[in-house]
Amino acid sequence: MSIETILLAVFGTILVTIFGIVFGLIYKGIDRKLVARLQSRIGPPIIQPFYDLQKLRIKENIVPHNAVPWLFHFAPILSLTTSILLLLYIPIGGKKPILDGYGDIILVLYLLALPSLGLILGGFASSSPYASVGAQREMVMMMSYEFPLAVVVSAIAWRLTKAEPSLHVFSLSTLAEHSLWDIVGPLGAVGFLMLFIAIMAVVPANLVKIPFDAPEAETEIAGGLIVEYSGTNLAMFYLADAVRTVAVGSLVIALFIPHNLSSFLGIDMGFTVMDINIFNFILDFLFYLLKLFLVIFVGVTVVRAATARLKIAQITSFYWLPTTLMALGGLALLVIDYSF
Amino acid sequence: MTQVTAPFEILIGPTHAALKEPVMFKFKIEGEKVVDVDYQPGVNHRGIEYLGMKRNPLQVLHLAERICGICSAIHQFCYTMAVERAAGIEASERGNYIKVIVQELERIHSHILWAGVAAHEVGFDTVLHLTWKVRENLLDVQEALSGNRVNYSMYTIGGVRRDITPKLEKMLRKSLNYYKEIYPMLEDIFLNNPTFKMRFRNVGILTRENAIKYSAVGPTVRGTGLKIDVRVSWPHAAYGDLDFHAITPEDAGFKPIGDVYDKTVVRLLEIKQSIDLIEQCLDNMPKGPITSEPKLAVLLNKLTKAEGEGLARSEAPRGEDIHYVRLEKGNPNLAAWKVRAPTYGNLHPLATMLMGCEIADIPIVVASIDPCIGCMDRVEILELEKKKRKIVTAEELHRLSVAKTRRLVR
Repeated sequence: MSIETILLAVFGTILVTIFGIVFGLIYKGIDRKLVARLQSRIGPPIIQPFYDLQKLRIKENIVPHNAVPWLFHFAPILSLTTSILLLLYIPIGGKKPILDGYGDIILVLYLLALPSLGLILGGFASSSPYASVGAQREMVMMMSYEFPLAVVVSAIAWRLTKAEPSLHVFSLSTLAEHSLWDIVGPLGAVGFLMLFIAIMAVVPANLVKIPFDAPEAETEIAGGLIVEYSGTNLAMFYLADAVRTVAVGSLVIALFIPHNLSSFLGIDMGFTVMDINIFNFILDFLFYLLKLFLVIFVGVTVVRAATARLKIAQITSFYWLPTTLMALGGLALLVIDYSF
Repeated sequence: MTQVTAPFEILIGPTHAALKEPVMFKFKIEGEKVVDVDYQPGVNHRGIEYLGMKRNPLQVLHLAERICGICSAIHQFCYTMAVERAAGIEASERGNYIKVIVQELERIHSHILWAGVAAHEVGFDTVLHLTWKVRENLLDVQEALSGNRVNYSMYTIGGVRRDITPKLEKMLRKSLNYYKEIYPMLEDIFLNNPTFKMRFRNVGILTRENAIKYSAVGPTVRGTGLKIDVRVSWPHAAYGDLDFHAITPEDAGFKPIGDVYDKTVVRLLEIKQSIDLIEQCLDNMPKGPITSEPKLAVLLNKLTKAEGEGLARSEAPRGEDIHYVRLEKGNPNLAAWKVRAPTYGNLHPLATMLMGCEIADIPIVVASIDPCIGCMDRVEILELEKKKRKIVTAEELHRLSVAKTRRLVR
């Protein structure tokens, strides 16, 4: 490994972190504004999350009397760092991920669970009955949505193996470079669409948003997992949530809508820096932001404005029956499409 | 750190996001299931009856209204009826009709407000904002009618304080037509939305036996299919002249089982019924004075000379409300005043409804009786030397209550 690669990785990590935090907060603001408009409210300004963060930063950091202090402080850090780490493995703006080649989609699946694990640890460490109930609910919810998510990811990877046997198909950059829409036939496209619906059903649960916000359930357990958190610790969870929204949205984009405007339009103009065409890069990046907005709008904003909160048993049955069936059905259609 | 084992104890209250007013619930939890319920009211006691006994009947008018923040008119309504009965004053007929109109307007706005709160309790904030937005129209009409959005101060002893002029009547009818238009939308949202159905059906079931045993009132008891409505069974003011019946879920074609969904059905249908009642009142409104005694000084003089006691009850949006008043000759103040707010009757059945439900159901089940703790809290027992709240046993409470009643009645 040359010094150049290391420098590039470090520089890239800093850039991606800044991008994740800034755009995560902006998308959070947009989401809040749009939900407000859908509820015929005026809503907060789009940069409200930045104000929130600033306020949380100057607030006192209270540790409950019965809490396990080191775990209580460690949980938000774990949540935030793993959210950012997740972003380093996922293609952003049509470019290869920073840590491309050091991990694949299976690793990403595990990393997806880590921010939630941070929340669970924090919940148990705060030793509040509300937080314990929330942590238990979060664990049950993770167990519920992991299976359909794994089915979706393995279905896509399997289909790609058949199409491009020579490639390292579990690598996310390979997945992002080959759109399955172009490979599969009409029946396969239907199956692929079903997989897309299944993963969009998993998105709000992964981000703990209504109707799947039982672990935080404000009116039931008063914030659940994060009930005892305040100040900087809460700010870190807040940031982790924002970054995770971008990461999960980017994952959906990489798997299902990896298309780029530049290759589609075929424009070759502007100047080039380090083998990257600046004009095309900006075009692709803006297109990526638009796709991210659409994924968040459909997966989070509209859903949370149009539903009531479900109970944990209802969440489990929702993921184990309709969503899993949807994912398996998509897989079956892909198999049928390939075999015949 | 002490080792804690199941069943865990979880406290909802005295202040909690699920509760709109302070009351204390203690739950024993196994997993998500509630295995034991205990509640401790008394944290919102304001001693309003005692305040009332230091004032003359006309001053208490405004105090009575402030017992509750939402169903404020009902307390004034009951109070005026009780005083009228105690002093032998005949209420004016037109006044009675206007009393009923204001009362039914309040029922509409209270039920719409409840619908929003229920939606919020299950995390459906869009519906909360929608319902509270459509409620504004009614509050504007109330303001035009009485001068106030919530505490109307419309009632006085012997009638009402403001007339409904033809111009106001036009405005009122326009508003009623607006609610008739949006009613199908509300019904569709609350009865057909799948997520609402998942959260409301088979949750917080109140059986008929328990409803009777613990004397539930209002939509809570009507949700079990029992036709209990004070407006029908004890016709007062103009209710005797109107054509209506007690609403049960059967009116919408459901077999009542007493869950949250049934209570929602009853409340929704009552919105429609109230619109109809107001229209009946407007159509048949008699001419004449709005109050039998417009001169306050004369009225006060009459009340000071009066001797007697009066009990009045009426159907608040939440259930039966009872006021008891005693007047003594030569005493300008009320000799006794006792209020039994609807939530008092509904809290005991609530405990049976909460038994066996999940933690997630607690907020919506508590909200399903539309609790108004501020109205309900009538007593708080303190040990002054220890500066602590005291919990008394049932026998002790009974003994204290008998002693208090004796003291009041003499």
